Amino acid sequence: MSDTIEVDGKQFAVDEEGYLANLNDWVPGVANVMAAQDNLELTDEHWDIINFLREYYEEYQIAPAVRVLTKAVGKKLGKDKGNSKYLYSLFPYGPAKQACRFAGLPKPTGCV
Amino acid sequence: MSEVVKKFMYLNRKAPYGTIYAWEALEVVLIGAAFDQDVSVMFLDDGVFQLTKGQDTKAIGMKNFSPTFRTLGDYEVKKIYVDRASLEARGLTEDDLVEIAWEDFETEEEIENIVEVVDSARVSELMNESDAIFSF
Amino acid sequence: MSILHTINKSPFERNALESCLKFASDGSAVLLFEDGVYAALQGTAVEPHVSGALGRLKVYVLGPDLQARGFSAERIIEGISVVDYAGFVDLAAENGKVQAWL
Repeated sequence: MSDTIEVDGKQFAVDEEGYLANLNDWVPGVANVMAAQDNLELTDEHWDIINFLREYYEEYQIAPAVRVLTKAVGKKLGKDKGNSKYLYSLFPYGPAKQACRFAGLPKPTGCV
Repeated sequence: MSEVVKKFMYLNRKAPYGTIYAWEALEVVLIGAAFDQDVSVMFLDDGVFQLTKGQDTKAIGMKNFSPTFRTLGDYEVKKIYVDRASLEARGLTEDDLVEIAWEDFETEEEIENIVEVVDSARVSELMNESDAIFSF
Repeated sequence: MSILHTINKSPFERNALESCLKFASDGSAVLLFEDGVYAALQGTAVEPHVSGALGRLKVYVLGPDLQARGFSAERIIEGISVVDYAGFVDLAAENGKVQAWL
């Protein structure tokens, strides 16, 4: 993994696992570029989760562990979305890890 | 995963920001929450300062982890205790502390605030009931 | 030469405040910062010691550290002045020496 990613001609620093180095640098294009690297095309359903994670971080200053994310998504976006099958279908590398990376958040606390 | 559920207590006795203990303890609690044990978090001595409302660290350039305590309910950490004598010695009351809500997503049962202020005898009792105490 | 005494440890955990108040000579300045700011709060077990020293010492508390810990200026003992980082620097400059009670 390179130490920067390029979004709209601008360089963004990332850590060795590909997470954005500076949370405040994030622009939506970051998610699109990271998704393309993972061979994913982002849909509205992906964006619901990415935006949800950003709001969660804004409020609690933490990226939630996957089972917390699952519960919280169920509460906010409906029970049909608050299950790991649905979330893994959107984010095959793991909803917390991959979606947090797209959202510009640090790796979730409680993830190894 | 083991079938045996152990009672773990995380004991917090340090003020936030002056040292790294408070933040480290909170991270350990959140990581440990994945293991489905019977977890309680006790705030004693200067540890009670971790829960004060209205923390704003912008001017000191440190991460404000006060809002993160409010996720403890989401992480199914439901037993949060504060020693009353420690509050009183520091000129604090329950009203100075953040509230932490808990909700069962299945039944929608809700507890508005799981932070419980207890007397010293109860603190001792809770320590005695624990299988292991992690001290920070 | 005048001394600025600084205390950055909680008065409930260490005896830095107690020793400082014992040894600081009349007219000295005392600045409470980091976890030392808890000594400036009203209604604590150490308030009598701090209040008792206010007549002979000038006591200051660092605003940003107070704010970080969730306390506004209304919660501090009357007679203690809140200063910002620039005020801290001024105090260090005004006093010939700085003694840090670690």
